[in-house]
Formats: sequence, structure tokens, C-alpha cells
Amino acid sequence: MAARVIEARQINKVFNPDREEQVIALQDIDLTVASGEFVSLIGPSGCGKSTLLRLIADLIEPSTGDLQVNDKSPHQARIDRDYGMVFQAATLLEWRSVRKNIELPLEIHGFAKQERRERAQAALELVELGSFGDHWPWQLSGGMQQRVAIARALVFHPSLLLMDEPFGALDEFTRERMNMELLRIWRETDTTILFVTHSIAEAIFLSSRVVVMSPRPGRITSIVDIDLPRPRSFETRSRPRYHELVAEVREVLRDAHVLE
Amino acid sequence: MKRRSLRSRIQRLAPTLLVAIIFLGTWELGVHLLGIREFILPPPSSILSEFSEELQIFMGASGESILFSAARATLWSAVGGFVIGCGAGILTALVTSRWTIISEATMPFAIAANSVPIIAFAPIMNNWFGITNPASKMAIVAVIVFFPAMINTVRGLTLVDPGQLELMESWAASPARVLRTLRIPNALPFIFSALRVASSLSVIGAVVSEFFGGPRATLGVYITQEASGFNFASAWSAILMASLIGITFYVVVLLLERWLMPWHRSLGDSG
Repeated sequence: MAARVIEARQINKVFNPDREEQVIALQDIDLTVASGEFVSLIGPSGCGKSTLLRLIADLIEPSTGDLQVNDKSPHQARIDRDYGMVFQAATLLEWRSVRKNIELPLEIHGFAKQERRERAQAALELVELGSFGDHWPWQLSGGMQQRVAIARALVFHPSLLLMDEPFGALDEFTRERMNMELLRIWRETDTTILFVTHSIAEAIFLSSRVVVMSPRPGRITSIVDIDLPRPRSFETRSRPRYHELVAEVREVLRDAHVLE
Repeated sequence: MKRRSLRSRIQRLAPTLLVAIIFLGTWELGVHLLGIREFILPPPSSILSEFSEELQIFMGASGESILFSAARATLWSAVGGFVIGCGAGILTALVTSRWTIISEATMPFAIAANSVPIIAFAPIMNNWFGITNPASKMAIVAVIVFFPAMINTVRGLTLVDPGQLELMESWAASPARVLRTLRIPNALPFIFSALRVASSLSVIGAVVSEFFGGPRATLGVYITQEASGFNFASAWSAILMASLIGITFYVVVLLLERWLMPWHRSLGDSG
């Protein structure tokens, strides 16, 4: 039995409680993610998938329920730098070179210059941007900027990578290439990945499990195991099983929508 | 490669130069052809010859050029007021933005004060500091530039990308760290746009406050006295001097900006 990286029990999150505009963002969320898994959260806007990610990242707190990250409180996990985070926007600091952007989290935690350099370079090479350290962020394409953001998230060697629609702003071709890149990085680093996306195709191609969520209130409708063989490749998308799974997830999403 | 870039640079400047030549030529010709008298509008040639006479006195060290001493005094008031006012504005912004309540309470006043014609206080400042004391001009300039500097700095410190703030939080960065690493660099473009405006405002403020009285050797007093003595060419040469100071000041701030914000510089010429 693999170690649990995320353990959520009966999580509820209410925004603006006791007020007229109160919103139940998450209701009775139960989710366990084991070490080494690649889990996607999918669902329409407002289903609380980003909220769940932020709860795990300790950027917001649950209203009720029990949440553990690496068998610790999310707060402790954040202090221990147990996770790295990637958003839809690369959110690089434009006044820092690519290398300095990647070094920033290390700098904040007081790593020595030499070690910062080495780790940043290793992270850059992991995302295959080894020779771009001295560029300014604006000199890179959208896909490259997102790879820098991934390198920055991995620079602490976290056991968990939280990704909030990281490729949502990229064009289809770049997105597919980034999907392959991400799977390679996942294999090479033994990281557990929790991945929020709008794209059914992307979720199935990448994941070991797909968590389907529905809105108002945000809840988990079903969890689909993705039994496609690994390593996944360009051919994966032409397998009959892949299309069956796409149809299955689509149906679950539709049913959730009809239930409203 | 270099020659080509030089040529393209000349090509880019050519229209601007052409406009300048046409403008000055029309002015010169118009004054002569229409018989406009010097007290209405002197031709550029007599303004320039007046200016170059003063320049020769200044360079030759024989006697003292009043125009250049006046320029020095006015520049001193403008720069002094600029440094005091902008420095105080930026510092105030840094302090108040630390406590959201204070900055939210003070911003409406700062924005209102920014619309007040501060120059109207010039006689009061003459009263406070003494009419011949450069501090009275500096004070006016400082107050004029204080508000744009403060308002823009507060904006730059607070208009930060929420995603970047979340990232800093995910790394458990302290507020001081966030200020130093994220908020201040984020504010730099805002601060420099205020400084560019302030550089022009400070020369305007210095000259206009001198119109309300001051030592003989200041541009504002020089212009009023030469004009009332019917020496219009020399009044205009002082206006030319004030313009040169204003433009130079602006360019210095612009160069400082490019030097301090190298990541912005190459936006135009990535090719």
C-alpha cells in the first residue's frame, strides 16, 4: 500500500458564511491520493476544483472537515515546502531572468548561492530549457514560460505538484507537447500530481484517475480509473479504450449537469 | 551592421528634424515678412544670438552671465524640490501601503490634493521661508511633485498580480520579503512614470514660483524683468533656457529608468 499524499475527509468550504451571498464552494469532499499517482480534477466552472487545490495548498482553509497532506496539516506541509504550485498563467516575475525566477523560492528559504545555481540549472534542464537561464521571461513563448513555471515548482523537489489548468492558455499543439513533457517529468521525478483541467482529453491522456466534479454545490460526482497502459504516447489517443473513457467521462459530466 | 543602424536612425529622425526646420523657418520668415515687432514675437535668430552671447560670457569666464547663474539657481530649486518631494512621496507610500487601512484612508485626500493648484501657495511660501530663500521655491516644487509620486507608488505597490501573491504565500514568504521582492519591483514602472511627469512639473513649478518674486538671478525673475524692460529677445532666451533644463531633466530621468529597469529596455528592439 503506497503512502497517502492527500487525505481529505468530509471537506466543506463555504464562502461568505452567514450572509446572503453565501456560496457553498465544496460539499462533503472525500478524496485520497496515493504517492506517485497522477490525479485530475475535472468539471465545469464553479465546481470548486480550484478551491480544492487551494485548500490543499493552504492558501485558504476549509470550513469543516479533515485535510492532511503527507500526514500533516496543510499548513505544516506548506511550511515544509512539500508541494510546488503551477497556475494557468506562468506568473513569472518580469524583472527577473528565467534563472532568477527559478531561484526565487530557494532564495526566500535562504539557500546558499551555489546550491541555488545548481538546483535551478538542474530544474531548467529537466524542462529542457538548459540554455535559457539568462533570458528575460518575455523573450520566451507561452509554452516555454509555462515550463519555467514547472521548473520553479519542482526546484524544492516537492513530493506533490499542484497544477491549476497549467496549459489552459496554450494552443492545441503546444498543449499536447506539454502533456508529453509533463508525463516525462512525472516519471523522472516520482512526484505525485494533482491536476485541474477543463479538458476531458487532457485529463484522460495524463491521469491514473479522473475525479469528476459538479457545481452548486461543488462535489465529487464520480471517480474514473484510467486503465490505459503506460508509458502513454502519441498512439494512446488513437486506442479504442481511450475513446471509450472519453465517452464515459463525458457521460458522467452530462449526467451531473442534468441532475441540476 | 553599424552603418545600417546609423542610417536607419537618421531615417527615423529625419521627419522630426524636418518639422523642426519648417517650424523655425516659418517663424523666422513670418516675423520678417509680416513685419511683426520684436516685443510681440522676436525671430528665432535673435533669440539664438542672445542665447549664444550669454553662452560665450559663461564659457569665457570674463564677467558673469546672469542667464546662466539664473539657470543654475532655478535648476537647483527644481532638482532640490524634486528630490525632496518625490522622496517624501515614495516614502509615504511605502509606509502607508504597509497598513491598508491607512492608505485607503489617505488616498482620497492625496488624489484631491493632487488636483489643487499648488502654485497658488507660492506667495505663502515666500512668506514662510523668505522671498529670496531658494527654500520657498523648493517647497512649492516639493509639494507639487509629492502627490503624483505618492499616488503612483501606492498604486504600483498594491496593483500586484494575485497569482504572484499566492505563489509568495505558498513559499511562506514574510511580508517584508513580499514588499522587497514583489511589490517594490512591481511599483517601479509606476514610480518612473510619476518621476517623468514630476521632472517636467518641477521645472514649471520652480519658474512659475519665481514669477511671484525671488533673487534677481533666477529664470522666473529674469523673464519678468527682461520682459518689463522690453528686452524681449533676452526674455525669450531665458524661456529657451528653461525649456532646455526641462527637456534635459526629463531625459536624465528616462535614462535612469532604462538603467534601473533593464528588463523593459529591449522590448522594442528584440529583432
